[in-house]
Amino acid sequence: MLDSKSHPNRLGIWGWLGGGRWGVERYLYTLHRLTGLGLLAYFLLHIVVTSGRAFSAAAWTRAMSQVSGPFFKVGEYLVFLAFCFHAINGIRLGLVELGFAVGKPIEPVYPYRTSVDVQRPLALAALAVAFVLAVIGTISMWSD
Amino acid sequence: MMRDQKLWAWHLIAGAVILVLLGVHMLTMHMEGVIRIQSLNPASVEHVDKDRVPQTRDQKSDEEDIHPIDWANVRARGVRTLYMASYIFLLGAALFHGLYGLRNILFELNPAVWLRKTLSALLLLLGLGLFVYGAWAAVMARAIARAWKA
Repeated sequence: MLDSKSHPNRLGIWGWLGGGRWGVERYLYTLHRLTGLGLLAYFLLHIVVTSGRAFSAAAWTRAMSQVSGPFFKVGEYLVFLAFCFHAINGIRLGLVELGFAVGKPIEPVYPYRTSVDVQRPLALAALAVAFVLAVIGTISMWSD
Repeated sequence: MMRDQKLWAWHLIAGAVILVLLGVHMLTMHMEGVIRIQSLNPASVEHVDKDRVPQTRDQKSDEEDIHPIDWANVRARGVRTLYMASYIFLLGAALFHGLYGLRNILFELNPAVWLRKTLSALLLLLGLGLFVYGAWAAVMARAIARAWKA
Protein backbone atom coordinates (compact mmCIF):
# COMPACT_ATOMS: atom_id res chain seq x y z
CA MET A 1 0.00 0.00 0.00
CA LEU A 2 1.19 3.51 -0.76
CA ASP A 3 1.57 6.00 2.04
CA SER A 4 -1.03 8.73 1.88
CA LYS A 5 0.21 11.12 4.54
CA SER A 6 -1.02 14.21 2.70
CA HIS A 7 -4.53 12.83 2.20
CA PRO A 8 -5.63 11.05 5.38
CA ASN A 9 -8.62 8.74 5.19
CA ARG A 10 -10.76 11.02 7.32
CA LEU A 11 -14.05 9.22 6.73
CA GLY A 12 -12.61 5.82 7.63
CA ILE A 13 -15.03 2.92 7.49
CA TRP A 14 -18.02 5.30 7.38
CA GLY A 15 -16.73 6.37 3.99
CA TRP A 16 -17.84 2.99 2.66
CA LEU A 17 -21.46 3.94 3.22
CA GLY A 18 -21.65 7.67 2.63
CA GLY A 19 -19.73 10.80 1.82
CA GLY A 20 -20.58 11.46 -1.80
CA ARG A 21 -22.98 10.98 -4.70
CA TRP A 22 -21.82 7.58 -5.77
CA GLY A 23 -23.02 5.22 -8.44
CA VAL A 24 -24.17 1.68 -7.93
CA GLU A 25 -20.61 0.39 -8.41
CA ARG A 26 -19.56 2.13 -5.19
CA TYR A 27 -22.21 0.26 -3.24
CA LEU A 28 -21.17 -2.99 -4.92
CA TYR A 29 -17.66 -2.18 -3.67
CA THR A 30 -19.01 -1.77 -0.14
CA LEU A 31 -21.00 -4.99 -0.36
CA HIS A 32 -17.94 -6.76 -1.79
CA ARG A 33 -15.93 -5.76 1.28
CA LEU A 34 -18.65 -6.67 3.76
CA THR A 35 -19.23 -10.07 2.16
CA GLY A 36 -15.47 -10.60 2.02
CA LEU A 37 -15.09 -9.92 5.74
CA GLY A 38 -18.03 -12.19 6.50
CA LEU A 39 -16.61 -14.99 4.35
CA LEU A 40 -13.19 -14.59 6.00
CA ALA A 41 -14.68 -14.84 9.50
CA TYR A 42 -16.64 -17.94 8.49
CA PHE A 43 -13.63 -19.47 6.76
CA LEU A 44 -11.34 -19.11 9.78
CA LEU A 45 -13.91 -20.89 11.96
CA HIS A 46 -14.58 -23.42 9.19
CA ILE A 47 -10.92 -24.51 9.23
CA VAL A 48 -11.11 -25.28 12.95
CA VAL A 49 -14.53 -27.00 12.86
CA THR A 50 -13.83 -29.21 9.84
CA SER A 51 -10.49 -30.33 11.24
CA GLY A 52 -12.55 -32.79 13.30
CA ARG A 53 -12.23 -35.25 10.43
CA ALA A 54 -8.50 -35.47 11.17
CA PHE A 55 -9.17 -37.29 14.45
CA SER A 56 -11.90 -39.87 13.81
CA ALA A 57 -15.30 -40.48 12.26
CA ALA A 58 -16.85 -39.97 15.69
CA ALA A 59 -15.07 -36.63 16.13
CA TRP A 60 -16.34 -35.52 12.72
CA THR A 61 -19.92 -36.55 13.48
CA ARG A 62 -19.71 -34.80 16.86
CA ALA A 63 -18.33 -31.60 15.29
CA MET A 64 -21.09 -31.58 12.66
CA SER A 65 -23.80 -32.17 15.26
CA GLN A 66 -22.54 -29.12 17.17
CA VAL A 67 -23.04 -26.90 14.13
CA SER A 68 -26.42 -28.26 13.05
CA GLY A 69 -29.87 -26.84 13.61
CA PRO A 70 -31.83 -23.92 12.13
CA PHE A 71 -29.47 -21.20 13.38
CA PHE A 72 -26.45 -22.70 11.67
CA LYS A 73 -28.44 -23.58 8.55
CA VAL A 74 -29.52 -19.97 8.13
CA GLY A 75 -25.94 -18.86 8.78
CA GLU A 76 -24.64 -21.29 6.18
CA TYR A 77 -27.24 -20.02 3.73
CA LEU A 78 -26.10 -16.42 4.28
CA VAL A 79 -22.51 -17.56 3.68
CA PHE A 80 -23.64 -19.15 0.41
CA LEU A 81 -25.37 -15.94 -0.69
CA ALA A 82 -22.25 -13.94 0.24
CA PHE A 83 -20.14 -16.35 -1.82
CA CYS A 84 -22.40 -15.98 -4.86
CA PHE A 85 -22.14 -12.20 -4.78
CA HIS A 86 -18.46 -11.99 -3.85
CA ALA A 87 -17.39 -14.51 -6.51
CA ILE A 88 -19.30 -13.00 -9.43
CA ASN A 89 -18.59 -9.40 -8.42
CA GLY A 90 -14.94 -10.43 -8.01
CA ILE A 91 -14.89 -11.57 -11.65
CA ARG A 92 -16.29 -8.17 -12.65
CA LEU A 93 -13.66 -6.35 -10.58
CA GLY A 94 -10.91 -8.50 -12.08
CA LEU A 95 -12.08 -7.70 -15.61
CA VAL A 96 -12.17 -3.97 -14.86
CA GLU A 97 -8.80 -4.13 -13.06
CA LEU A 98 -7.20 -5.76 -16.09
CA GLY A 99 -8.61 -3.13 -18.45
CA PHE A 100 -11.49 -5.08 -19.92
CA ALA A 101 -14.97 -3.60 -19.90
CA VAL A 102 -13.81 -0.03 -19.45
CA GLY A 103 -14.03 1.00 -23.12
CA LYS A 104 -11.42 2.62 -25.32
CA PRO A 105 -10.14 6.18 -24.88
CA ILE A 106 -12.15 8.56 -27.11
CA GLU A 107 -12.29 12.27 -27.87
CA PRO A 108 -14.47 14.16 -25.38
CA VAL A 109 -17.18 15.08 -27.91
CA TYR A 110 -20.69 15.97 -26.81
CA PRO A 111 -22.78 13.99 -25.89
CA TYR A 112 -20.02 12.73 -23.64
CA ARG A 113 -19.53 9.04 -23.00
CA THR A 114 -17.73 7.68 -19.98
CA SER A 115 -16.40 4.29 -19.02
CA VAL A 116 -19.41 3.97 -16.75
CA ASP A 117 -21.49 3.43 -19.90
CA VAL A 118 -19.47 0.27 -20.47
CA GLN A 119 -19.08 -0.79 -16.86
CA ARG A 120 -22.72 -0.42 -15.83
CA PRO A 121 -24.06 -3.24 -18.07
CA LEU A 122 -21.28 -5.49 -16.75
CA ALA A 123 -22.26 -4.68 -13.17
CA LEU A 124 -25.91 -5.44 -13.88
CA ALA A 125 -24.98 -8.67 -15.68
CA ALA A 126 -22.84 -9.70 -12.69
CA LEU A 127 -25.73 -9.07 -10.34
CA ALA A 128 -28.04 -11.12 -12.58
CA VAL A 129 -25.64 -14.09 -12.66
CA ALA A 130 -25.14 -13.92 -8.88
CA PHE A 131 -28.92 -13.87 -8.47
CA VAL A 132 -29.38 -16.96 -10.66
CA LEU A 133 -26.70 -18.85 -8.68
CA ALA A 134 -28.34 -17.78 -5.44
CA VAL A 135 -31.73 -19.05 -6.64
CA ILE A 136 -30.26 -22.44 -7.62
CA GLY A 137 -28.55 -22.72 -4.24
CA THR A 138 -31.71 -21.65 -2.42
CA ILE A 139 -33.76 -24.34 -4.12
CA SER A 140 -31.08 -26.91 -3.39
CA MET A 141 -30.56 -25.99 0.26
CA TRP A 142 -34.20 -25.57 1.25
CA SER A 143 -35.79 -28.32 -0.83
CA ASP A 144 -35.15 -31.04 1.80
CA MET B 1 7.41 -4.41 -9.89
CA MET B 2 6.95 -3.10 -6.37
CA ARG B 3 6.32 -5.49 -3.51
CA ASP B 4 2.72 -4.43 -3.08
CA GLN B 5 2.05 -4.76 -6.80
CA LYS B 6 3.31 -8.33 -6.60
CA LEU B 7 1.13 -9.05 -3.58
CA TRP B 8 -1.87 -7.52 -5.36
CA ALA B 9 -1.20 -9.68 -8.42
CA TRP B 10 -1.06 -12.75 -6.15
CA HIS B 11 -4.31 -11.58 -4.55
CA LEU B 12 -6.00 -11.66 -7.99
CA ILE B 13 -4.44 -15.02 -8.87
CA ALA B 14 -5.55 -16.48 -5.53
CA GLY B 15 -9.05 -15.16 -6.26
CA ALA B 16 -9.12 -17.06 -9.55
CA VAL B 17 -7.94 -20.25 -7.82
CA ILE B 18 -10.61 -19.85 -5.15
CA LEU B 19 -13.25 -19.23 -7.79
CA VAL B 20 -12.60 -22.66 -9.31
CA LEU B 21 -11.95 -24.73 -6.16
CA LEU B 22 -14.54 -23.07 -3.94
CA GLY B 23 -16.98 -23.27 -6.85
CA VAL B 24 -16.54 -27.06 -6.84
CA HIS B 25 -16.83 -27.05 -3.04
CA MET B 26 -20.11 -25.10 -3.19
CA LEU B 27 -21.38 -27.40 -5.94
CA THR B 28 -20.60 -30.33 -3.66
CA MET B 29 -22.03 -28.93 -0.45
CA HIS B 30 -24.90 -26.67 -1.42
CA MET B 31 -26.17 -27.65 -4.84
CA GLU B 32 -26.54 -31.39 -4.44
CA GLY B 33 -30.31 -31.00 -4.40
CA VAL B 34 -30.18 -29.68 -7.98
CA ILE B 35 -26.95 -31.08 -9.43
CA ARG B 36 -25.78 -34.49 -8.19
CA ILE B 37 -22.41 -35.64 -9.53
CA GLN B 38 -20.95 -39.07 -8.72
CA SER B 39 -17.40 -37.89 -8.08
CA LEU B 40 -18.44 -35.09 -5.72
CA ASN B 41 -20.68 -37.05 -3.35
CA PRO B 42 -20.15 -40.73 -4.20
CA ALA B 43 -22.12 -42.12 -1.27
CA SER B 44 -25.18 -40.00 -2.07
CA VAL B 45 -25.31 -41.20 -5.66
CA GLU B 46 -24.90 -44.85 -4.64
CA HIS B 47 -27.64 -44.45 -2.06
CA VAL B 48 -30.06 -43.01 -4.61
CA ASP B 49 -29.41 -45.91 -6.99
CA LYS B 50 -31.89 -48.36 -5.46
CA ASP B 51 -30.80 -51.24 -7.68
CA ARG B 52 -27.39 -51.38 -6.05
CA VAL B 53 -26.47 -52.24 -2.51
CA PRO B 54 -25.25 -49.01 -0.86
CA GLN B 55 -21.93 -50.32 0.37
CA THR B 56 -20.49 -47.02 1.54
CA ARG B 57 -23.17 -46.11 4.03
CA ASP B 58 -22.41 -45.61 7.71
CA GLN B 59 -24.91 -45.12 10.52
CA LYS B 60 -27.77 -44.54 8.07
CA SER B 61 -30.96 -46.45 7.47
CA ASP B 62 -32.29 -47.11 3.99
CA GLU B 63 -34.96 -44.45 4.40
CA GLU B 64 -32.58 -41.62 5.25
CA ASP B 65 -30.82 -39.42 2.71
CA ILE B 66 -27.06 -39.25 2.77
CA HIS B 67 -25.92 -35.63 2.89
CA PRO B 68 -22.68 -34.16 1.57
CA ILE B 69 -21.31 -33.70 5.12
CA ASP B 70 -22.15 -37.24 6.28
CA TRP B 71 -19.12 -39.36 7.09
CA ALA B 72 -19.86 -41.73 4.20
CA ASN B 73 -19.34 -38.89 1.72
CA VAL B 74 -16.50 -37.28 3.69
CA ARG B 75 -14.68 -40.63 3.74
CA ALA B 76 -15.36 -41.35 0.07
CA ARG B 77 -13.91 -37.98 -0.92
CA GLY B 78 -11.15 -38.10 1.69
CA VAL B 79 -9.46 -41.23 0.34
CA ARG B 80 -8.58 -39.43 -2.88
CA THR B 81 -5.20 -37.74 -3.05
CA LEU B 82 -6.56 -35.19 -5.54
CA TYR B 83 -9.13 -34.04 -2.98
CA MET B 84 -6.52 -33.72 -0.26
CA ALA B 85 -4.26 -31.71 -2.55
CA SER B 86 -7.14 -29.47 -3.67
CA TYR B 87 -8.12 -28.82 -0.04
CA ILE B 88 -4.58 -27.74 0.81
CA PHE B 89 -4.32 -25.62 -2.33
CA LEU B 90 -7.68 -23.96 -1.59
CA LEU B 91 -6.67 -23.45 2.03
CA GLY B 92 -3.51 -21.58 1.05
CA ALA B 93 -5.20 -19.49 -1.64
CA ALA B 94 -8.18 -18.57 0.55
CA LEU B 95 -6.04 -17.68 3.57
CA PHE B 96 -3.80 -15.44 1.48
CA HIS B 97 -6.71 -13.82 -0.40
CA GLY B 98 -8.75 -13.21 2.74
CA LEU B 99 -6.00 -12.05 5.07
CA TYR B 100 -4.35 -9.84 2.43
CA GLY B 101 -7.77 -8.29 1.73
CA LEU B 102 -8.23 -7.66 5.45
CA ARG B 103 -4.74 -6.13 5.63
CA ASN B 104 -5.61 -3.75 2.78
CA ILE B 105 -8.80 -2.66 4.52
CA LEU B 106 -6.94 -2.05 7.77
CA PHE B 107 -4.13 -0.18 6.02
CA GLU B 108 -6.64 2.15 4.36
CA LEU B 109 -7.36 3.49 7.83
CA ASN B 110 -3.82 4.87 7.86
CA PRO B 111 -2.49 3.27 11.03
CA ALA B 112 0.95 4.30 12.34
CA VAL B 113 3.96 2.56 10.84
CA TRP B 114 4.60 0.46 13.95
CA LEU B 115 0.96 -0.67 13.91
CA ARG B 116 1.19 -1.60 10.24
CA LYS B 117 4.20 -3.77 10.93
CA THR B 118 2.50 -5.37 13.92
CA LEU B 119 -0.70 -6.05 11.95
CA SER B 120 1.27 -7.53 9.06
CA ALA B 121 3.20 -9.80 11.43
CA LEU B 122 0.04 -10.92 13.26
CA LEU B 123 -1.84 -11.66 10.04
CA LEU B 124 1.16 -13.54 8.66
CA LEU B 125 1.42 -15.63 11.82
CA LEU B 126 -2.33 -16.31 11.82
CA GLY B 127 -2.24 -17.34 8.17
CA LEU B 128 0.79 -19.60 8.52
CA GLY B 129 -0.57 -21.18 11.70
CA LEU B 130 -3.95 -21.96 10.18
CA PHE B 131 -2.35 -23.20 6.99
CA VAL B 132 -0.14 -25.66 8.85
CA TYR B 133 -3.03 -26.83 11.02
CA GLY B 134 -5.46 -27.13 8.08
CA ALA B 135 -2.92 -28.93 5.89
CA TRP B 136 -2.13 -31.33 8.73
CA ALA B 137 -5.89 -31.99 9.16
CA ALA B 138 -6.28 -32.72 5.44
CA VAL B 139 -3.37 -35.20 5.47
CA MET B 140 -4.59 -36.91 8.64
CA ALA B 141 -8.16 -37.06 7.32
CA ARG B 142 -6.92 -38.91 4.25
CA ALA B 143 -5.03 -41.40 6.42
CA ILE B 144 -8.11 -42.02 8.59
CA ALA B 145 -10.36 -42.36 5.54
CA ARG B 146 -8.00 -44.91 4.01
CA ALA B 147 -7.67 -46.86 7.25
CA TRP B 148 -11.46 -46.92 7.59
CA LYS B 149 -11.79 -48.31 4.08
CA ALA B 150 -9.34 -51.12 4.88
